[in-house]
Amino acid sequence: MSYSKPNFQEKYGNFIGGKFVDPIGGEYFENTSPTNNQLIAKYPRSQKADVDKAIDAAREAEKTWSKTSVTERSNMLNKIADIIEANLDEFAAMETYDNGKPIRETVNADIPLAVDHFRYFASVIRAEEGSASELNEHTVSLIIKEPLGVVAQIIPWNFPLLMFAWKVAPALAAGNCVVLKPAEQTPCTATLFAEKTSGILPAGVLNIIHGFGPEAGKPLASSPRVDKVAFTGETTTGQLIMQYASKNLNPVTMELGGKSPNVFFNSVMDHDDEFLDKCIEGAVMFAFNQGEVCTSPSRILIQEDIYEKFVERIIARTEAIVQGNPYDMNTQLGAQASHDQFDKILSYIKIGKEEGAEVLTGGEAYHADGEYKDGFYVQPTILKGHNKMRVFQEEIFGPVVALCTFKDEAEAIEIANDTLYGLGAGVWTRDAHQLYQIPRAIKAGRVWVNCYHDYPAHAPFGGYKMSGFGRENHLMMLNHYQQTKNMLISYNKNKLGFF
Amino acid sequence: MMNVKRVEITDKAAELVAKIKLRHGELIFHQSGGCCDGSAPMLLPKEDFYIDESDIHLGEIADVNFYMNHKQFEYWKHTHLTVDIVQGRGSSFSLEIPEGFRFKVDSRLFTEEERIELGM
Repeated sequence: MSYSKPNFQEKYGNFIGGKFVDPIGGEYFENTSPTNNQLIAKYPRSQKADVDKAIDAAREAEKTWSKTSVTERSNMLNKIADIIEANLDEFAAMETYDNGKPIRETVNADIPLAVDHFRYFASVIRAEEGSASELNEHTVSLIIKEPLGVVAQIIPWNFPLLMFAWKVAPALAAGNCVVLKPAEQTPCTATLFAEKTSGILPAGVLNIIHGFGPEAGKPLASSPRVDKVAFTGETTTGQLIMQYASKNLNPVTMELGGKSPNVFFNSVMDHDDEFLDKCIEGAVMFAFNQGEVCTSPSRILIQEDIYEKFVERIIARTEAIVQGNPYDMNTQLGAQASHDQFDKILSYIKIGKEEGAEVLTGGEAYHADGEYKDGFYVQPTILKGHNKMRVFQEEIFGPVVALCTFKDEAEAIEIANDTLYGLGAGVWTRDAHQLYQIPRAIKAGRVWVNCYHDYPAHAPFGGYKMSGFGRENHLMMLNHYQQTKNMLISYNKNKLGFF
Repeated sequence: MMNVKRVEITDKAAELVAKIKLRHGELIFHQSGGCCDGSAPMLLPKEDFYIDESDIHLGEIADVNFYMNHKQFEYWKHTHLTVDIVQGRGSSFSLEIPEGFRFKVDSRLFTEEERIELGM
């Protein structure tokens, strides 16, 4: 199978009430591809009036959607999954062009995981049940889950369709209507989703609004007519959205990134076997998805007595990374998602060098040739330094890893936890005690043990500390999209006797 | 006398701030962290963002106050910041995004002299 740049219309609409509609103000923005800096297509530059129209449609649809049976909803989610799967190559080629990530990732990870996510929530909603407790001879407490109503969702650009699936699947399964704003850098696959699955969901159940944060995101997140806001992004906007939600006393879930430590204990070098090979790959995972992952293992911690030998292997594996044409199945590292990200990454490499970090490999922009010469590529970069440097503390969101050594378990835990964030972490060891004790001591929501960057459905994902709250990718996310109705029923014919 | 500034702004960036101010009124900068467009400064309407003692005031640039969360400041305080603009598109609520630009910070270490003056 060979892949190439997909074809696009000149412009696209918002998806409101089951139809594609033009933005009310008639304005559009140009979406470009980071692979070559060329125009892809125009998407609506929506304003408050468009958002209101989408919320109207969702509110109308809610009247019947909230009463559908779980069987009906589950069947629809399964149909959606089947359609994405049947069009996997088209979704993958589009995602690659819009986001810049290589085709081997969209074909093998982004799109199949999105398919699986719809199937997962189609399944678990069928098995969900409330509870009944007989509190005493005459009194029964029934707990029944109800949908919240209309939920607002704002998603990021690093895994456009997968983050769409993470947000939309549990919300729909739980019986909510959705108004979703994709990131303005990556509007393509959400639109393709609406095209391909049109007619499966009743009109107004899922509405997609394109546009900029201050113009479309803000009226959506602050609307008193939505019942919940879910956001993935950075901390200032997360805080802002929580403030808006506080005015409406709305629940929120937040996923705000991290600076995840990836800790290698000396036992990994005890044998030169397939496990050591896996550990080396685990360290180089910092370059996965160009480092544009909230849980990117962007700090490597190596036990000092194996440092020399282990780092040599990591550098060799990093230097073997194939960069360039994102449509070549052999390409491992694609383009950064936008010019401003590219610029930010290079600026971090500069401050890293200034703070005294040693560049072990990379450290520059990567110049692709031919058709991709104007794209935004960065060499995979390893910076050696200490944990107080800014490159160890801030999410660079590029293929840049900060590396340091540690003496013993206590120092490894101390460095791992010396961060504002707590989303992901990795622990690599052959020691059975460390396998359990170190992950328990690290303050992060997801600790991968002898693996990294695996995201199967039914493994809850979410942050500690400034990384946010809420657990996606697991049936517990249903709870974040549901109300708890308690019916307290008396079977006693006699009055209480107070009055 | 304190001459050392923690944060400064380029002329191009200051022009953009002035333009946005005409449309949106009083503004603040708040330095973000975390995922995606994190690590970039956000320009917001002043009354939109709740500022309290958990936010450190780093200075005023283009007549706009610049803040950073105090925990983040602990890791940033040894560096001087310059706010600049780059063509691009963030996905946050920062006000310059519709203009096709993104504010960014360039950083450098404070010199020994500056550190002494800042009492560090």
